[in-house]
Amino acid sequence: MVAANPEIPLARPLVSPSIVTRLHGLVVTVDHKKLGLMYIASALFFLVVAGLMASVIRLQLALPNNNIVAPDTFNRLFTVHGTAMVFFVGMPIVAGLSNYLVPLMIGARDMAFPRLNAFGYWMFLFGAALLFFSYIGAPGLSGHGSAPDVGWFAYAPLTGRAFSRGNSTDYWTLCLLVSGIGSLSSAVNVIATAFGMRSPGMTLMRMPLFVWMMVVVSAMMFIVIPPLTAAQIMLLIDRFLGGNFFNTQSGGSAVLWQHFFWIFGHPEVYVLMIPGFACASEIIPVFSRKPIFGYSAMVGATTMIAFVSMGVWAHHMFSMGMTSVGNTFFMISTMAISVPTGIKIFNWLATMYGGKIRFELPMLCCLAFLFQFLIAGLTGIMLAAVPFDWHLTDTYFVVAHFHYVLIGGMLFCIFGGIYYWFPKATGRMLNKTLGLWHVALFFIGFHLTFDTMHIPGLLGMPRRIYTYDPGRGWELLNLITSIGVVFQIVGIACLAWNLIRSLRKGEKAGDDPWDAWTLEWATTSPPPEYNFETVPPVRSARPLWDLKHPEDPDWKYE
Amino acid sequence: MINADRLNLPYTSAEWSLPSSRKVAITSLIVTESAMFSIFVVAYVYYIGKSLTGPYPAEVLETPIVSTICLLASSLTIVLAERSFKRESIGAFRLWWSTTILLAAVFLGSTAAEWKRLIVDHHLTISTNLFGTTFYSLVGLHASHVIVGLTLLTLVLVLSLKKSIRKADGERIEMLSWYWHFVDGVWVVVFTVVYVIGR
Amino acid sequence: MQFNIRSSRAMITRALFMFFALGLSASPVFADGASSVTNIFKPDGPPARAIFDYTMLVLAVCAVIFVIVVGLLVYTVTRFRHRREDDGQEPPQVYGSNQIELAWTVIPIIIVFVLTLVTARTIAEVQNAVPPPKALKVTVVGHQWWWEIRYPDLGVVTANELHVPVSDPAQPRPTFLKLESADVAHSFWIPQLAGKTDVIPNRDNSMWIEPVTPGTYLGNCAEYCGTQHARMLIRVIVHPQGEFENWVAAQKPDSATDTNLVAAQKPDSATDTQVKAGRDVFFSTSCVNCHTINGTEANGKFGPDLTHLMSRQTLGSGAALNTPEKLRAWVRNPQNLKPGCYMPDMQLTDEEMDQLVRYLLTLN
Repeated sequence: MVAANPEIPLARPLVSPSIVTRLHGLVVTVDHKKLGLMYIASALFFLVVAGLMASVIRLQLALPNNNIVAPDTFNRLFTVHGTAMVFFVGMPIVAGLSNYLVPLMIGARDMAFPRLNAFGYWMFLFGAALLFFSYIGAPGLSGHGSAPDVGWFAYAPLTGRAFSRGNSTDYWTLCLLVSGIGSLSSAVNVIATAFGMRSPGMTLMRMPLFVWMMVVVSAMMFIVIPPLTAAQIMLLIDRFLGGNFFNTQSGGSAVLWQHFFWIFGHPEVYVLMIPGFACASEIIPVFSRKPIFGYSAMVGATTMIAFVSMGVWAHHMFSMGMTSVGNTFFMISTMAISVPTGIKIFNWLATMYGGKIRFELPMLCCLAFLFQFLIAGLTGIMLAAVPFDWHLTDTYFVVAHFHYVLIGGMLFCIFGGIYYWFPKATGRMLNKTLGLWHVALFFIGFHLTFDTMHIPGLLGMPRRIYTYDPGRGWELLNLITSIGVVFQIVGIACLAWNLIRSLRKGEKAGDDPWDAWTLEWATTSPPPEYNFETVPPVRSARPLWDLKHPEDPDWKYE
Repeated sequence: MINADRLNLPYTSAEWSLPSSRKVAITSLIVTESAMFSIFVVAYVYYIGKSLTGPYPAEVLETPIVSTICLLASSLTIVLAERSFKRESIGAFRLWWSTTILLAAVFLGSTAAEWKRLIVDHHLTISTNLFGTTFYSLVGLHASHVIVGLTLLTLVLVLSLKKSIRKADGERIEMLSWYWHFVDGVWVVVFTVVYVIGR
Repeated sequence: MQFNIRSSRAMITRALFMFFALGLSASPVFADGASSVTNIFKPDGPPARAIFDYTMLVLAVCAVIFVIVVGLLVYTVTRFRHRREDDGQEPPQVYGSNQIELAWTVIPIIIVFVLTLVTARTIAEVQNAVPPPKALKVTVVGHQWWWEIRYPDLGVVTANELHVPVSDPAQPRPTFLKLESADVAHSFWIPQLAGKTDVIPNRDNSMWIEPVTPGTYLGNCAEYCGTQHARMLIRVIVHPQGEFENWVAAQKPDSATDTNLVAAQKPDSATDTQVKAGRDVFFSTSCVNCHTINGTEANGKFGPDLTHLMSRQTLGSGAALNTPEKLRAWVRNPQNLKPGCYMPDMQLTDEEMDQLVRYLLTLN
């Protein structure tokens, strides 16, 4: 074990620096750990903002014919909520986790391109600022509109100049363009780091699964973000130069936008989900006290998901009148994804099987994830089943499904990741009691809201309606859905308080509180700026296991 | 980077070699750009023959043979420049490098002339019809990449004239040439789609 | 066309999920007496029925997978939990097994393969149906935020409420809809009658319904289309045998009701003056720019055809029921009932309002 001085990193000034100095330090930093934490902190901030927007949406829908917000305000709320959650919560959390952990896990001192890394962060923040600034800036000189109100997938021609006046849609377009550039620079960095800076002995098949999955996600971003960027450039050409890409009046195609958007949009779900898998693949083995079952199968399944996910986009468009052949093709490709996904779920189960499962907070989050992700996968199969989807698409069933994936799946894994790596990043443990409250309340709230939300969809409730008449059997269900939000808010408040409090008063964590096996636990908590003084020898996928169990090391079985 | 010699490991740094981060990054960039170009190409192909009003491509487009030869030749000259750099014959490097810049400039100039002809003589602008929209977007996207490449090429030439490029910068120059080959490769696709298939 | 879709497979799956469907079917009745059910588990007619049967199969497969995997999860978590009396030793380290990986790769592939075959059949069955000669042909045009409904073969134009004849399984009479959009993308969905089909500008889409039970069926626009997407409701009125023809006769342009006709038929002079004054209000304001009334100079196309306004159940595409009070409130200021819709407040005086409503009430 490397036991470098855990308390005082070298050359720390005796007087603590002023707030201005510290802020300046954040602005100019190129350190992957600081940037990683800045990504995650910003993402959590936007999670709260966009979450509160969702709460207003649920307040409006709690009762039929409710009048809390005007129709246009409602439409802006769900557009900004969706855009912010995907691009300014999901993406930066992915970037933050990979930034913080990938170099530590492969025994590197920083990312391959530290300045590019900082550039990526500031582009993301600029994009987010554009989105939220639209509330003030978008009316423009003509006084039309406010924040964007075209929905997060902004179907043409609603985004054309004829139907979306003012600058709201332009803000939306620009914020995605800018943040896309940020995401790409972070993705280039992750790939270059993982390929070019691994510690001696760490072959590709000895990388932690977390790193593998982040590599796959980054590679996916190269393929899927450019179509979004291209589509946004076309939309800008249409709106500012009078182009005809999506102008149906002059022969343009509304369907082409749908294709371009979903070529990005569907793989994007996996770009967000696979980092969740990545956290689970680190946490489940450690708390089951067993190595991951089928390491190479996990790598293969992740790669399979990445490849197949690029060929499924039109399953968002089953109702737009594709030929029966087209529908059948995309149904097959979509259902095919359930095979590698199933492999993963079974591998996690097999990892736990025969282990000694410790119910620490990270593991509880991952268990909830497994249960919820199974349901999300099954509703996914229902949505892939084309005739069923003719009913389900664009209803609350879909809304429930993708919240199940992104909250029940991804966010629970991220929570697990936060509980798991917070001690590494700060040197202090999160409070377990508060953590239990958070997980329990959020779990209850999540299920109240999103289990219930499926049913109005089956009863014919379309998504994105600002209100509805009584009498269709939707009232009680919507009320329960909204009540669940209260539990979620209290749960998140517990998490926020826990994070703030533990930062100062948390129990000291030590270098390796979970008795884990990957390289990040070999350095101090928090790691010094240079990460490692020396890196332990890497002869298997679990270098620290080999150190701790010289009598039965992994490399003997490779 | 971790220095393997300092670690008490069964490996020496000579045995432990990794791909260059720079090469990985440029490859990633090229993949990304290819994905973006594909979308514009798809849009172009999808809208072939769908314009509701003229002018149509068959009426106004002329095959840019000379500029295409220039751009493709510049891929050759940049390889020659790169080789001269590796041989440390800096004079030859500057010569070939300048030739590359010249060829790229000729290409851009002829694109500008083509656009002027289309806009002034044929009244085809980006908002005229679907052909105009897709044509100027696709060719313009490529031209903007040529401009970026040209800027970087010129920067290297200036630095080389100021003698501030060293042998160690060889990989940087190689990366720039990769990017340049990519820009040329894209032109082959754009040329085929716009001037061969699209007419 | 293949209409006999009820099969034994469907019966079994339906029995399996009867409790599920029953739980969802307890819906109250709408205020105006129309059935308010928009439950996809209460299908009516062949296309909806085909989707329903298929749905039940998918639900059954998913339920079985759910039970198995959750069972495994619960078993694993309870059986292999860390116990207090633990010896502190690490459990045996198992790295994987290719045979087991193969098993849980192949079994899902088989399930997916079977589901794929069944799905392809249902897709073709619903999507590739050919209209029989007797089929009714209707064109539905989506507007922000209302539906224009045209019967090209019958010469009838109406809005927001689609009238169709009931279909007798012995002599099927389905309705084939051609879907067009005048502005942005919409989606036409009557949950009980068929799945949804998008209504996209510059694209020809179609779908079909074949209700076998007379009644009123509700639906919504299902693709976000701007401010009033929520108030873009659809009603399908299925007429019993023979009555559809009566409705068509009443809607014919030649049965159009102009005030002159009204005046001739109803010698009540007080009403007559009011109606005439109302007619003047209508034709002297910009109402005529957007609305059509057959047989008059009003031929606007931007808003719904008003020739037979009073034969409709709702106003503003479902924003309100069509009663004289609501009609007045609607014309007074449409922005109150449907904020953001394109019909402006015409700033009429109370007297003009009374007259205008009197006139509109004659359009039956």
